Amino acid sequence: MSPLAEYAISALLIFGGAFTLVGAIGLARLPDFYTRLHGPTKATTVGVGAIMLSSVIYFSAIGEGIGISEVLITVFLLMTAPVSANMLAKAAMHIGVKTVEDTEGKPWEQ
Amino acid sequence: MFDRLSFPQPWLSLILFLIWQILSDGVSGGSVVLGLILAWLIPQVTHGFWPERPAFVKVWRMPAYILRVLKDIVIASFSVAWLILSPRNPRPAFISYPLQLDHPLAISILASTISLTPGTVSADVSDDNKTLLIHALDATSDQEVIDAIYNSYEKPLMEMFQ
Repeated sequence: MSPLAEYAISALLIFGGAFTLVGAIGLARLPDFYTRLHGPTKATTVGVGAIMLSSVIYFSAIGEGIGISEVLITVFLLMTAPVSANMLAKAAMHIGVKTVEDTEGKPWEQ
Repeated sequence: MFDRLSFPQPWLSLILFLIWQILSDGVSGGSVVLGLILAWLIPQVTHGFWPERPAFVKVWRMPAYILRVLKDIVIASFSVAWLILSPRNPRPAFISYPLQLDHPLAISILASTISLTPGTVSADVSDDNKTLLIHALDATSDQEVIDAIYNSYEKPLMEMFQ
């Protein structure tokens, strides 16, 4: 494996790991349920995307061909993350989870 | 439901077939047969969930849209990460977004895009498909968020679905 590929893989792994960590910190730090939804839908998506990209580079560098399955995993992740966030938000609104005090606007009742 | 060999959603069937070939290690006789069975079975079973109206989508506009969304996801992640790590508390808000799109598929694409991009999660669609409830993590004003979503996502989608 060329040193360039190794550097790229390491950088992507650190980048992805850092973003996943920030997503986890957000889950702990943000004040209420709805704001916590934002961590996993974004920070983590990029984190996993970067880790997948490093996996693609690794397997093409050791000569096993470009891994299309990694691309598929990323696509599935991008498709399912917003749906699960939507379902969680809907469920929270249904049972009336409390919002943090300075939230503007209110969830619907319908 | 299973009385004849038909493909009510030809594109869905094609995509399912191709995805199955990619998921199974290499194309073989077995994977082709199973792929065909899945490409037939899954659209039949899920037929009731698909909107009746066929979508006339300008597919060639899709790649530009996807690239723009991917770029925004990366930018959004940085701004959300910064917000999480900075000591000040965010100003969350619920925003009612007036929808101009009317195709169910277009609305679901817009809702997914909103969930993936800068500081917003779509929470609900009103029963009449006219309003989208959005939760913004850090909104300075409602109108700003609405304008940004309209200009960068809803407009391209309206062009795509007309």
